[in-house]
Amino acid sequence: MVQYNPPPQPSPATSAGEGTKQLAVYIHWPFCKFKCPYCDFNSHVRENIQHQDWASAYLKELAHYRTLTGERHIESVFFGGGTPSLMEPETVEKVIDAIDELWGIPQGTEITLEANPTSVEAGKLEGFKSAGVNRVSLGVQSLRDTDLKKLGRQHSAAEGIAAVKLAAKIFPRFSFDLIYARPDQAPADWKQELAEALQYAGGHLSLYQLTIEEGTQFHTLHARGELKVPDGDAGATLYEITQEMTEATGLPAYEISNHAKPGDESRHNLVYWRYGDYAGVGPGAHGRLTLQNEKRATRAHRAPELWMERVRQNGHGAHEMEVITADQRAREMLMMGLRLMDGIDLAAFATETGKDFSAIVNLKRVKVLEEEGLLEETSARVAATRAGRQRLNAVLAYLLS
Amino acid sequence: MSEQKHIRNFSIIAHIDHGKSTLADRIIQKCGAVEEREMKEQMLDNMEIERERGITIKAQTVRLKYKAKDGIEYQLNLMDTPGHVDFAYEVSRSLAACEGALLVVDASQGVEAQTLANVYQAIDNNLEIVPVINKIDLPAAEPERVKRQIEDVIGLDASNALLVSAKSGIGIDELLEAIVTRLPPPEGDPNAILKALLVDSWYDAYLGVVILVRVVEGTVRVKDKLRFMSNGAAYEADRVGVFTPKHVLTGELKPGEIGFITCGIKNIHETKIGDTITLDRTPCAERLPGFKPSVPMVFCSLFPVDASDFEKLRDSLGKLALNDASLHHEPENSTALGMGFRCGFLGLLHLEIIQERLLREYNLDLIPTAPSVVYKIFLTNGDVMELYNPADLPDVVRITKIEEPWIKATIFVPDEYLGSILTLCQERRGSQVELTWVGSRAMAVYRLPLNEVVFDFYDRLKSLSRGYASMDYVLDGFSEGELVRLNILVNGENLDALSMIVHRSQAERRGRQLCERLKELIPRQLFKIAVQASIGGKIVAREDISALRKDVTAKCYGGDISRKRKLLDKQKEGKKKMRQHGNVEIPQSAFIEALRMSDDK
Ligand SMILES: Nc1nc2c(ncn2[C@@H]2O[C@H](COP(=O)(O)OP(=O)(O)OP(=O)(O)O)[C@@H](O)[C@H]2O)c(=O)[nH]1
Ligand SMILES: C[S@@+](CC[C@H](N)C(=O)[O-])C[C@H]1O[C@@H](n2cnc3c(N)ncnc32)[C@H](O)[C@@H]1O
Ligand code: SF4
Ligand SMILES: [Mg+2]
Repeated sequence: MVQYNPPPQPSPATSAGEGTKQLAVYIHWPFCKFKCPYCDFNSHVRENIQHQDWASAYLKELAHYRTLTGERHIESVFFGGGTPSLMEPETVEKVIDAIDELWGIPQGTEITLEANPTSVEAGKLEGFKSAGVNRVSLGVQSLRDTDLKKLGRQHSAAEGIAAVKLAAKIFPRFSFDLIYARPDQAPADWKQELAEALQYAGGHLSLYQLTIEEGTQFHTLHARGELKVPDGDAGATLYEITQEMTEATGLPAYEISNHAKPGDESRHNLVYWRYGDYAGVGPGAHGRLTLQNEKRATRAHRAPELWMERVRQNGHGAHEMEVITADQRAREMLMMGLRLMDGIDLAAFATETGKDFSAIVNLKRVKVLEEEGLLEETSARVAATRAGRQRLNAVLAYLLS
Repeated sequence: MSEQKHIRNFSIIAHIDHGKSTLADRIIQKCGAVEEREMKEQMLDNMEIERERGITIKAQTVRLKYKAKDGIEYQLNLMDTPGHVDFAYEVSRSLAACEGALLVVDASQGVEAQTLANVYQAIDNNLEIVPVINKIDLPAAEPERVKRQIEDVIGLDASNALLVSAKSGIGIDELLEAIVTRLPPPEGDPNAILKALLVDSWYDAYLGVVILVRVVEGTVRVKDKLRFMSNGAAYEADRVGVFTPKHVLTGELKPGEIGFITCGIKNIHETKIGDTITLDRTPCAERLPGFKPSVPMVFCSLFPVDASDFEKLRDSLGKLALNDASLHHEPENSTALGMGFRCGFLGLLHLEIIQERLLREYNLDLIPTAPSVVYKIFLTNGDVMELYNPADLPDVVRITKIEEPWIKATIFVPDEYLGSILTLCQERRGSQVELTWVGSRAMAVYRLPLNEVVFDFYDRLKSLSRGYASMDYVLDGFSEGELVRLNILVNGENLDALSMIVHRSQAERRGRQLCERLKELIPRQLFKIAVQASIGGKIVAREDISALRKDVTAKCYGGDISRKRKLLDKQKEGKKKMRQHGNVEIPQSAFIEALRMSDDK
């Protein structure tokens, strides 16, 4: 395992130089009321949570990252989980205030919080708004009660819809998530459900095809053959339906699973996909930081208690701070950027990796992909076509191996 | 030490599974050669693979003491032999070392193909044959019917055949008495010039190369300087002994005795099975007749799944060959599968066993190509070449004719299945030599191209007859055939490892089959794939594999880019298990599956 190995502290001179560079901040809240059977996120169920302690631990780690990054332009803040809607609005407020004090949060910066749509949590939305949150992303997952049950969710479809309506009233921007390609889901059922969902949608929608993740209950059931999910051609059909319907309603995909009215894309997620810098705060959080021209990947301890202890001791909970090699940087940027409909800005690619796109990839293969209608390249950008995005894993494997 | 007239040498011969090794157990047990607690089933089958499959592969020799009813202690030299046709060579050399043979026949199955093949060998060697009807404990046993069969089919007097159950020990006392009373003692003068037959040789981790000999004339003693007549090489005997079944040093071996010698030979390939051994000081004048070397009949290439295992494969094949003179191997380079070995085997079972041993004992994952045979290629310039690998076939314009090996197959089959078996033989270009009946069983003798037999013939025979047909075969010369090379192309590129030589009449069907199989085996990919079969440049079959419709990860795991990158890196790693052909990746498993010989579906 790579040891935590921080770079030298930035001198005032360099910190001034990097002062204009952007930074997104991700805060991970690692707790949930129940563990969903399909979920492999870093989430834990705990009886007692010392909210005060969590607040101070977050503040401490934020201060640590401030020392590392020096001044930055804050691009976005995102509270993810786990279930951040279980946080106390006070904690959220303290964190937002701390970020503001450390780096400054420009007016109008996107501050998102992921919320589960149970009635209790919906009741807290006003509180989050007062704390400074201006965008919520609701984990609705399905509009069918039987399916919500199968997914192990703790809320009904009605609660989901109510939460969406409430969020629409309270927040200027909101989004919600659905999981499709669920066990036994037929194309006609999904069409119907998605049509309903589109009626409630605001400017943004995340539509994830169910992924069977290792180490989850679904994985065990799937391996035993007790859980069948539409894959292969059936999965493709559902995906294609999704693209057609969202396009028709003005919410086209701007990324594989994310849809928005033009201009309403999630700033925070765009940072990931454009391979920008983000600080990962909280248990299990990942970060990517450019420090003195080196890209570093940070990774925090996943266990909440361990993370907390390390923050108390060391001021941060990261156990890894690996330097990403130039080659890996290029791979990562391609991997992320080709998920976007707009693809990759070639100038940004050259700045990030120090090399031109054409010097890194196998041009013969690029040409084959172009001929097959899977990739498009202009002098300014390279992007996967819709057909290419639908097969992105295979496109990347072909391009990068 | 027994007197020569109290020695009895015999082989136990039978069709596969008729109970030779179990009978050997009972005889060993009766003679008290091993303690009760050391006794185990088929104890002479000591190779792991023999025990697991319950078959004998290697002939084994034991010397036993038997106190007969006449009060005399006899020395019995028992040789247990394999029943499977691939290892017929083991039977023939065992028979050459004996005066007698116990012909074991299963009381419910009766005479089968290898019963006949083996007993004829024993007759050719002028052995005294004692028919033994085994498994009389079985409810389906019909000893009287089997006796009649032995008389009708083989022409042996079966009136005094012994009825035994090797499993429950019935009739073993009578059998032992029959061995001493009915089999002749060996001849030979202990004071004559040494003349011994080299029956077998193998490599033993403790003893080094061990040779098994049968002394015909004279006496061999420790420290004797021995001469091997085939090449004149001389070695000093440093150990002389027998197997009881443990190895026991006796210091000498006299006429009629069977035992082992070690003499500092480094490699079994320095010894020649069937050689005559004599004294270097006073050599004998004439050699013993010996036997023909065993020839590999079936060839296939073995490629390591992990290309970096090539050296390990070389070592492992070398080690197996140390103990198996019939295993041939030579390095080979394939564009589709990389470096591997072209290997020669006695038959399909031999091939299967070697492959399994490479996997289990040496942990080698292999891709075997389709089994094939050796062809004689007559070239326009007058040369004749032996073709061991279809990939080496010269351009058709340089060939005047191709000859392929034929076999004479004897098939025993119950009446009710005869029709489908005859059809099978016909389909495989067979020509009938003989068709006779023994009760309700037919004996069909066919000439068949070996090429057709190595391609799943045996499996078909068994399945068409519900397991009741048995077959034995011997090589029967070469004949010209209308043979062509079938190539498999993927997006226009030739997969050399799948090339095969087939009869023109079968080529198209085989090509179609392979294309269909590959279509199932090659996963859909980014690009459309065309799988084609071609004969002499002409496409005879084609299957298309449509492109993947969707392959993308929905979630992006928050900021966990490393995980995605590592997945991608792992995929890159996984590609080592793939073979790249242009834009197409073929999993190794697809080669393995496609090359399985099965003709069904
Ligand atoms: N019921 C019964 N089964 C027997 C008898 N003798 C052998 N068997 C069974 O027949 C099977 C084959 O026995 P083996 O002794 O291995 O036969 P084999 O002739 O040595 O076989 P190969 O060496 O492979 O040709 C085993 O399952 C034995 O247990 C018998 O007298 N009665
Ligand atoms: C960080 S997760 C969880 C957010 C929140 N705790 C919830 O469950 O609503 C964000 C989104 O990922 C999606 N997701 C989680 N596990 C998934 C899986 N196995 N397959 C597809 N999508 C998944 C869900 O739509 C979820 O809302
Ligand atoms: S609520 Fe969300 S984060 Fe928690 S277990 Fe369920 S899916 Fe995972
Ligand atoms: Mg046996």
